[in-house]
Amino acid sequence: MFIIHKPRNFVAGFNTFLMEKIKSLSALTALMENLRTKSNSPGSNSAQPLPIQVRVAMATCGIASGAREVMDVFIEEFTKRNIEATVIQTGCMGYCYAEPTVEITKPGTDPITFGYVDIRKASRIIDKYILNNELVEGIIPVNYESIDIK
Amino acid sequence: MAKIKYHILVCGGSACQELKNEEILSNFQELIIQKGLENEVQTIRTGCFGFCEFGPTVKIMPGNTYYAQVNALDCREIMEEHIINGRTVDRLLLQNVAREKNMGVLQETKPHRKQIRIALRNCGFINPENIDEYIARSGYQALGKVLTELTPEATIEILKKSGLRGRGGGGFPTGLKWEITRKVKADQKYVVCNADEGDPGAFMDRSVLEGDPHTVLEAMAINGYSTGADKGVIYIRAEYPLAVERLKIAMKQAREYGLLGNDILGTGFNFDIEIRYGAGAFVCGEETALIHSMEGLRGEPTVKPPFPSESGFLGKPTNVNNVETYANIPAIILKGSDWFSSIGTEKSKGTKVFALAGKINNVGLIEVPMGITLREVIFEIGGGIKNDRKFKAVQTGGPSGGMLTEKDLDTPIDYDNLIAAGSMMGSGGMIVMDEDDCMVAMAKFYLEFTVEESCGKCSPCRIGNKRLFEMLEKVTQGHAVMEDLDKLRNLSHVIKDTSLCGLGQTSPNPVLSSMDNFYHEYLEHVSDKKCRAGNCKSLMQYIVNPENCIGCTLCARNCPVDAIAGERKQAHVIDQEKCIKCGACMEKCKFNAIFIK
Repeated sequence: MFIIHKPRNFVAGFNTFLMEKIKSLSALTALMENLRTKSNSPGSNSAQPLPIQVRVAMATCGIASGAREVMDVFIEEFTKRNIEATVIQTGCMGYCYAEPTVEITKPGTDPITFGYVDIRKASRIIDKYILNNELVEGIIPVNYESIDIK
Repeated sequence: MAKIKYHILVCGGSACQELKNEEILSNFQELIIQKGLENEVQTIRTGCFGFCEFGPTVKIMPGNTYYAQVNALDCREIMEEHIINGRTVDRLLLQNVAREKNMGVLQETKPHRKQIRIALRNCGFINPENIDEYIARSGYQALGKVLTELTPEATIEILKKSGLRGRGGGGFPTGLKWEITRKVKADQKYVVCNADEGDPGAFMDRSVLEGDPHTVLEAMAINGYSTGADKGVIYIRAEYPLAVERLKIAMKQAREYGLLGNDILGTGFNFDIEIRYGAGAFVCGEETALIHSMEGLRGEPTVKPPFPSESGFLGKPTNVNNVETYANIPAIILKGSDWFSSIGTEKSKGTKVFALAGKINNVGLIEVPMGITLREVIFEIGGGIKNDRKFKAVQTGGPSGGMLTEKDLDTPIDYDNLIAAGSMMGSGGMIVMDEDDCMVAMAKFYLEFTVEESCGKCSPCRIGNKRLFEMLEKVTQGHAVMEDLDKLRNLSHVIKDTSLCGLGQTSPNPVLSSMDNFYHEYLEHVSDKKCRAGNCKSLMQYIVNPENCIGCTLCARNCPVDAIAGERKQAHVIDQEKCIKCGACMEKCKFNAIFIK
């Protein structure tokens, strides 16, 4: 099973399943709009500043090269140091040669993807980039365009 | 300590490296020290930005400013204007450089990147185990639109107009396939998702299912509505446990929201999906074999017609599509067929996901518009060949495809061009080979795979491929004669012409295409008993150079089969009959006295 145990002060994703059936297209659209206003949803158009988002590529290949341990480091360190951040597991980002890969979005900046992130580098990213805004070697620029179907 | 205010990112891609990006990086570093900004400005070398034709490129953060074709002198201007005065240097802006280079033809504000993600739009971005994230990205909107605004016929019409073709390999028009299934009258119909990805080196479908499972579920429901089916089956290989797990979670969440099940979105449309497991047989990627396997029978193909759209799963009309095909559909419904058909070539629309593997720097998953050239894929997106070796060939289409070589590098990639070049699109595996790869050995590798995977039902495939493999083995061992090469070609054609299903009809392709493109390598193996790539061990000889050998006996003591003889302080000799070509002697020799002939 792939359940992430989240410490209490760690801003979780929004696993707030309504457990309620969506009965019409307008209800679906309303849910979509509502989710988009939440500050930590992907592609949010929220007015409030977003917390730091850390995406860890967790496809089979990522996990095989240690992404789960890396994700644990982020969760533990954020809890220990009281940093408000969301850690999200995603699928493959496409950079197999540089796994494990981690994408970090700080409030008001472009997302930055770091490749070759092992446990030590994860700590370095927290110290350098997240806390001090210094970049760390191994940046993979986004080299694709994703279509927008909003 | 003051926090860093500006980051200067210098592209470190291989194209920019040739254009002296290092000099630019060091110039910036010097300038920062000159201006005393060490605590406020940081430089860093990154991976490739994907704007290789406008290199060297530099990005300034914060903001989204890209500078193109930056030379060593421009650094000072960028430093003084952008970093210190906060004004962009317009003449170097990427969009301006690109516009000038294209003589004003380019209307867009920024140049296009090589990769466009449609099927992979959510991969690596959303949490695949949380339906809310998918919904926030317009998830299930396409299903809603289809159910409330469109008739099944209108939906099929959109797909037909979009020009979407099956991404599993054959390239059959998806809309047409749906229409055929729709027109068959039956009390029960099925839609199937073919997730039996079996090519060696291919992992596109796995990545889609692991990264964005809901898009497949949504598209299957759309397929059900359009073809008149209320049941869907995902046929997935059991070797993909994480994909299965995420699919199960996705299905559970979709059911809880009522997006699968009865009366979806209050429209009265019922649709649900179940998972069937495959045991990882390559032949089960073939529609009829897949259906037999789902029914609990042996995974063997049957003759078409009847096609699955008439008589498929449990004898009912069945529409089978591949994972990647499905992943495109919600985007097409929402953005329209005109948008989709604006991407790609005349007969192949949209994008294709490729799994880049082999001797390439940036092994990875890419999605590129149809019509891109192999050169762009391999040397720009893929970052070129590992260790600066020379490109030799690329195998597309896995064991069913063929080898593309230097001469095909500038051919636009689409279904028809690849077939014309002697290969095929296949499901999207792309294995890059360099000069150290022997093409005969490569063909043998794929044949070994098909021999293993042949279901054994028809003799041409069962016996023929085995014979092909044996002949190739003879060639790589240096026992073949010239007649064998003709036999190899003839038998290949017989197998192609007489096999029952796609597996046998395409299995000799690697042999034929390597013979077409690299016949000289076959000849060398046969007549000169040589393998130029140094790959075929039987054709190699380890030899002691008596001039360098001092007779230390180290090699003889390390030889596992006692093939080296010689007295102390006298040159040694390797007995070629006994030698197993393990290379231990060469590794141990401290005097470079052993070489390969």
